[in-house]
Amino acid sequence: MKFVRTTVLGAVMAACAFPALAEINRPECIAPAQPGGGFDLTCRVAQQGLAPQFDRPVEVTFMPGGIGAVAFNMFNSTRTDDPNAIVAFSSGSLLNLITGKYGKWTENDARWLATAGADYGVVAVRADSPYHSLEEVMAALKADPSKVVVGAGGSVGSQDWMKAALLLKAIDGDPRRMRYVAFDGGGDAIAGLLGGSIQIYTGDAGEMVPHIDAGDLRVLAVMSDERLEAPMDVIPTAKEQGYDVSWTILRGFYMGKETSDADYQAWLDAFRTAYDTPEFAETQRSHGLMPLDVSGDELKAMVAEQSATLRSLATEIGLIQ
Amino acid sequence: MSEVLNGLATGFGVALSPFNLMLVAFGCFAGTLIGALPGIGPINGVAILLPIAYGLGLPPESALILLAGIYYGAEFGGRISSILLNVPGDAGAVMTTLDGNPMARKGEAGRALSISAIASFIGGTVAVVLMTLFGPLLSKFAVAFSPSDYVALMVFAFASLASLVGANPVKTLVGASMGLMLATIGVDANTGVTRYTFGVPDLLAGIDFLIVVIGLFGMAELFHLVEQQATGKLKTLPIDSSFVKWADIVFGRWTLIRSSLIGFVIGVLPGTGASVASAVTYGTEKRIAGKSGTFGEGDVRGLMAPEAANNASAAGAMVPMLTLGIPGSGTTAILLGALLMFNIQPGPLLFTQHPEIAWGLIASMYIGNIALLIINLPLVGLFARMLTLPQHYLTPLIAILAFIGIYSIVGNPFDLFMIIGLGIFGWILRKLDFSLAPVILGFVLGSLFENNLRRALSISGGDWGILVQSWQSLFLYGLAVLVVIVPLILSRRRRA
Repeated sequence: MKFVRTTVLGAVMAACAFPALAEINRPECIAPAQPGGGFDLTCRVAQQGLAPQFDRPVEVTFMPGGIGAVAFNMFNSTRTDDPNAIVAFSSGSLLNLITGKYGKWTENDARWLATAGADYGVVAVRADSPYHSLEEVMAALKADPSKVVVGAGGSVGSQDWMKAALLLKAIDGDPRRMRYVAFDGGGDAIAGLLGGSIQIYTGDAGEMVPHIDAGDLRVLAVMSDERLEAPMDVIPTAKEQGYDVSWTILRGFYMGKETSDADYQAWLDAFRTAYDTPEFAETQRSHGLMPLDVSGDELKAMVAEQSATLRSLATEIGLIQ
Repeated sequence: MSEVLNGLATGFGVALSPFNLMLVAFGCFAGTLIGALPGIGPINGVAILLPIAYGLGLPPESALILLAGIYYGAEFGGRISSILLNVPGDAGAVMTTLDGNPMARKGEAGRALSISAIASFIGGTVAVVLMTLFGPLLSKFAVAFSPSDYVALMVFAFASLASLVGANPVKTLVGASMGLMLATIGVDANTGVTRYTFGVPDLLAGIDFLIVVIGLFGMAELFHLVEQQATGKLKTLPIDSSFVKWADIVFGRWTLIRSSLIGFVIGVLPGTGASVASAVTYGTEKRIAGKSGTFGEGDVRGLMAPEAANNASAAGAMVPMLTLGIPGSGTTAILLGALLMFNIQPGPLLFTQHPEIAWGLIASMYIGNIALLIINLPLVGLFARMLTLPQHYLTPLIAILAFIGIYSIVGNPFDLFMIIGLGIFGWILRKLDFSLAPVILGFVLGSLFENNLRRALSISGGDWGILVQSWQSLFLYGLAVLVVIVPLILSRRRRA
């Protein structure tokens, strides 16, 4: 099943230093979507970042269908032990998995390999908003959640919505009582915030950078455990402001469940070697991601933890019976 | 004003370098071809060429100039297969089939192709001029356009489409409802509930607009051709060397101006693009022409309106992209991603931080529109001759193009079955004397209408009053009423 193929940048190939290991003779990264989206970017991080690790460029192929379901099904039916292929995933894919949109499969039906990087949730308001701190937002939400119009780029129950729901959970509110407006992607939601349709936007740190420079909106909190890199380093975390809310948007790769340990290890080594280079961090930044290098069992644990949070929230609001 | 002139000077300095000129020309040429091929539209063209532009190590402004050339070039080229084959080359060219193809069947393919090329050129150029002069101002208007205003815009769109109601209003209504129903398939954008997916994962993301267009129009046309051939009803078309006349342009001047303006404004709004723009302008022009028009049988105004509008909307969609970093259409969303790959943060500061990119792109669009006209007019004769190909070559050619187009882009075999299924559905509808345009328009406008209505109601907490609170929406409701009532009054007065 080879679809659209893209060849790789000759320039990066010149940097070939390490010969390929094990049986990976035709490395391939599958973006389970059409070209141009987030999964495409994720695969390009692998393509560019792992270029020195293989003597052939990592090919990017696209396998759209069912918001990732088609690819997940394939790696659980015909390509369960493919040594050459890794598939891009995000926290959104985990949510789809646990809410049953991928069929009967769960987070235990893949070998989680490594991250491409991460992004973090943020709470943002327009520059002229009366809210100046997360505390003021939380107070308003606590007083009457139906008086505050919150919006984000995904439907109720999507991972964009989860960020807003977690805010309400932190003050023992009921996410279902939130007045939530679902936009079609982050761009439309930011337009809604700037135009005054919504008062609070729960978005991603990556898309905030240009707006911080321009000063047209104000970021009140980042949902990360520690402060982010410049220029986001001036934004306090939600935890600093006394609310136990964090939301990491993982972007990474998985392999088929029955991939042999040797093949899995070869990919793992490739990622870990790349993680140690400054070029990889640069690749992450240039693709709009914050550096977050997690692989192997550590990633598996992180996926399990995030799935558990999502599952309990989804159950609570009735997305899972 | 001097700021604009300085900016333009910078921009032309960038765009007129021999290398960038070559890229504009190449982008426009490739875009025309991509647009002309049914199945591949601007979105896919840009997405495919993005990694190549990156791999070539182009500087960011050159890459953007190339990719944007493909974008508006495709809006230019989409008309070719609409006119010649009755198969829309891309989503924005659906309305072009309605009058373009009848003209070709009357032996005026050359005239239709050249008129639409000039309409596209005028639409594109008017839009770039407006963008240069009012870009930043318009972007403020674009973000202030709230979900409730979109609802009003959709009401206006539906009202102007009431003109599509032909001899049989019931069938038009049924067709539009079928379009609305197709639009509800997939994960609901507001609640995340899956609708009509029947457990099929391929349906979760809904049916792509392209699939509906190629299935309902392309495949259905194909089945129709095969059927005619089998029953021996097929007529060979006369060889045709018609060309645009100056009188055509003079006759349609107001249509061109109106459609360019409307198309541009709809393009500037994030969330609506070429397909809505061409539908609204076609409906409006048909309404205005009233009894004097022969819309649907090859009226030049019915050809000019959607072509001027879809090119104007492509330029309009660049306005929020350049001034705010917010995509004005699916294709501009990919262009934004391209900037990111080149380490350029798109956003409100693009004009100040990277004037060579923002102004270079704008300047290249002036050049690109001229290049497109120069490329397209001499090719008219060549394309028109395609129609003299015997049907037994042409029919399989359309089939191959449609299948390869869909498969190479969407890359999912499920979609191939989908277009066949929709094609059979479309063919049956045609047998029953349904027009397919209302189905497509129900499909496009329906989901926009639903999502924005529900957004507006969640903003207001369920208060319907929000729908009539802004001057924009009141203005649009006013227009909607006018577009329905004025022709009625006019025709009554004429009778009296």
